[in-house]
Amino acid sequence: MTDQYDAIIVGAGHNGLVCSALLARAGKRVLVLEANEQVGGAAITREFADGYSVSACAHLLYQLQPAVRKELKLTPRMASSELTTIALGEGGKHLRLDNKQVEGVNREDAAHYREFRKRMSRFSDLLRKFFNKPPPRLGSKDLKDLVTLGQLGLDLRMLGKDEMREFLRLIGMNIYDELTERFEHPLLRGAISLDAVLGTHLGPRSPNTIMTYLYRQAGDHGQCGIPAGGMGSVSNELAHVARSEGATIRTGIPVKRIIVENGRVAGVETEFGDRFDSFTVISNADPKRTIMDLIGVKHVETGFTRRIHHLRAKGNAAKLHLALDGLPNFAGLSKKDFVERLVIAPSANYVERAFNPAKYGESSPKPVIEMTFPSCRDETMAPTGKHVMSAVVQYAPYDLNGGWTDEAKAAFEKVVIETIAEYAPDIGGRVTASELLTPVDIEREFHISGGHWHHAELTLDQFMFVRPVSSAAQYSMPLEGLYLCGAGTHPGGGVSGAAGRNAARTILSREKAA
Amino acid sequence: MSNQAPVHQGRLKTPFYSRLEKLDFVNEWHQWKGYSSADSLYCSDTEYFAIRNATAVFDLTPMTKYRITGPDSLDYLNRLVTRDMAKIKPGRVAYAVWCDDQGQVIDDGTIFHIREGEYRLCSQERHFAWLQAAAIGFDVTITHETGDVAALAVQGPTSFSTLNNMGFEGLADLKPFGLKHFDFQGRELMISRTGFTGDLGYELWIEPAKAEALWDALFEAGKLHGIRAIGTTALELSRIEAGFLAAYMEFLPADETVRTGRSRSPLELGLEWLVDFKKPNFNGRRALAEEKRHGSTWQLVKLDIEGNKVAHSSYIFGQEKSNKAAIGFVTSAAWSPVCKQNIALGTVRAPRGKPGDTLWVEVYYQREMHWNRHMAKARVVDKPFWFPPRRGATPPGPY
Repeated sequence: MTDQYDAIIVGAGHNGLVCSALLARAGKRVLVLEANEQVGGAAITREFADGYSVSACAHLLYQLQPAVRKELKLTPRMASSELTTIALGEGGKHLRLDNKQVEGVNREDAAHYREFRKRMSRFSDLLRKFFNKPPPRLGSKDLKDLVTLGQLGLDLRMLGKDEMREFLRLIGMNIYDELTERFEHPLLRGAISLDAVLGTHLGPRSPNTIMTYLYRQAGDHGQCGIPAGGMGSVSNELAHVARSEGATIRTGIPVKRIIVENGRVAGVETEFGDRFDSFTVISNADPKRTIMDLIGVKHVETGFTRRIHHLRAKGNAAKLHLALDGLPNFAGLSKKDFVERLVIAPSANYVERAFNPAKYGESSPKPVIEMTFPSCRDETMAPTGKHVMSAVVQYAPYDLNGGWTDEAKAAFEKVVIETIAEYAPDIGGRVTASELLTPVDIEREFHISGGHWHHAELTLDQFMFVRPVSSAAQYSMPLEGLYLCGAGTHPGGGVSGAAGRNAARTILSREKAA
Repeated sequence: MSNQAPVHQGRLKTPFYSRLEKLDFVNEWHQWKGYSSADSLYCSDTEYFAIRNATAVFDLTPMTKYRITGPDSLDYLNRLVTRDMAKIKPGRVAYAVWCDDQGQVIDDGTIFHIREGEYRLCSQERHFAWLQAAAIGFDVTITHETGDVAALAVQGPTSFSTLNNMGFEGLADLKPFGLKHFDFQGRELMISRTGFTGDLGYELWIEPAKAEALWDALFEAGKLHGIRAIGTTALELSRIEAGFLAAYMEFLPADETVRTGRSRSPLELGLEWLVDFKKPNFNGRRALAEEKRHGSTWQLVKLDIEGNKVAHSSYIFGQEKSNKAAIGFVTSAAWSPVCKQNIALGTVRAPRGKPGDTLWVEVYYQREMHWNRHMAKARVVDKPFWFPPRRGATPPGPY
């Protein structure tokens, strides 16, 4: 069976769906092939225990780009939004932070926080501008590249001399130094550290963790929410939009390889042996999987292969899902607080210490945890009166010494529950079912090499002009007809849709130029 | 300091060193990739004439050698180099050039298809890191075997007669760029009809333990054929006469250059015949196809220069009056005794430098301390300066 399409997208992750919708709107005949039974990639909702559902990987919506919302007329129905972050402290002395102010600290800290947030918002607005266009090629004489580069410089300069200098000082820096200089309260330092390192293989003392902090803010100034029905509902809405634009989306069809003929892409072959033809194939898969497995290094050049091979993309964040027969008792929290986002990161040093063992292939004995209880506002997630907890837990390195055996997973799950029990002693007794997804499980379930949120570590050497690698940072790969549109490309991971949108725009503008 | 590792040997000696040492009168040695290599053993002029008139023996053990094996070795090489390696059957040798992704030459060398799926790649420079990077995703094994193989170049009109005296049956049928395996004292000796002199000649490859015995047998067999050991000075002169390229002379390995525009593409080095655009992919293909569409920046030229003053390091001009900017420079130059010509290789701005063009070189020479210069007319030639019929004749004639 063969069939000719204008574009085939490998993977129906949210970026693939955004890309497919925009291409289909431009009149392209688009086919999306998804290996899993559900669309959404790492943004799906699924049952993990009888009657208990959860957003299986990404669990908070905070980065969906306004441009994507607007162009695709997305109106995700939210179960909760503008969540407050509650930084859990000893004896019920918690801090409450939003993207403007913090409660529970002294006057100086509160004032410094307001000032800090103001500046960070300004900087993240600047980043958002860059995130929504393909990065310019450095050294290029192409007018479009030059204009984008000029705009970038101008935007930077428009911050004003002092703020520009501050931006350039901060962007490569670690967040630890900035936090210890600015704030006194350990919980405040810890909570901000957590935001800077979530989903990365970085500690607060690692370079460019201010950049990763800003990255998180570049959607909606860091305001997060939980969609009704979990993250899967956002993906379903995206798929609905794409289909109504005319895209064909087929699930349960794993692509075995991208076919290369006469030195260019010619289509895809599925695991079932079917072939679909297209001279444009856009991979929503991560760069390593795309190049090393789906394409095959024989079809690309050595320098490029070497760079892709050396991409750092080993995940360090685990997901823990708990089915609870009732809400646990956290000292100092009332029932309505369970709607919010709870974090265990009591100090910046705590976060750094949690990271230390991960460098040597060990999981954290005292992990950093971000918890949500989506069933508090959304009764579809758990049976009546029961609850689910969805938590991101760090650090759980992909290449754990000895591997993620069942024993290793059970031991780590125990550590996590014990850590939460320091704040909610009864949580252990309330667990009726659980599921731990280590980066290895995430790799298997979501087909992400290394199980990394961002498909490739979010560091300055894999960012902007050089993401995923130099000479291939404009969605187009050095093989005719091959494009990437996933988190491994500019700007990176998170449910933002920016990469998918930029990729679609690149493909369409190239076609126009040709 | 007590924790320093002892240095056993400052400079390596090849397995032929004991024999070279006995023939050495002038003690002129240099370092070649960690090994001692003779500039000259007696007199470089005499050694040069051994290449052109008799049998010259050159110790090429320090030449970089890699063994490439494994089920993917052909696919691997086909992506690595610009020419089509599928055409190089077992028993054949290919001169090849390899590039980075930008189509810039990393090095040139010879690839020996020793047996089905088993190759040896030889080059002047070391390239293990690049070859390993190129192996990512391929089922191949790359072994650095420079020290495991003793190698001799046996070159010159009487080289066939010399080797024939040793009783290698079937050597007469060996065509240029062919290789055969022979028995030598119970061990395998590989002989290829290859070389760096542009003359009739062979290269001999054997395990180091048999190196001295091979040398002795060879010199015994060549006694009446004027056999003589030579150093690199004589070899270099014959290399220029043959119009062959040398790394760090005609081009810099692309991975060694810092400034943009200081590397060269195969098209710029006159090696377009080695670039097979019919292959769907090889390192540099996209960039070279682009270069072919838009034109190259540089062009390698072979120059036949008037007069007898050697054009070392000369600027090249498009016309005699040198008030115009130079269009290039000489990269290798020599007076060729066998051609009786003043010859040079150089690089000029394309599209200048087509065969038949007349260019001018500014020749600098010193006479009793004082420097002089003059403009000499230079004709761009197409063919190698030295290409005797015996180089291609099979069977080679007895001299």
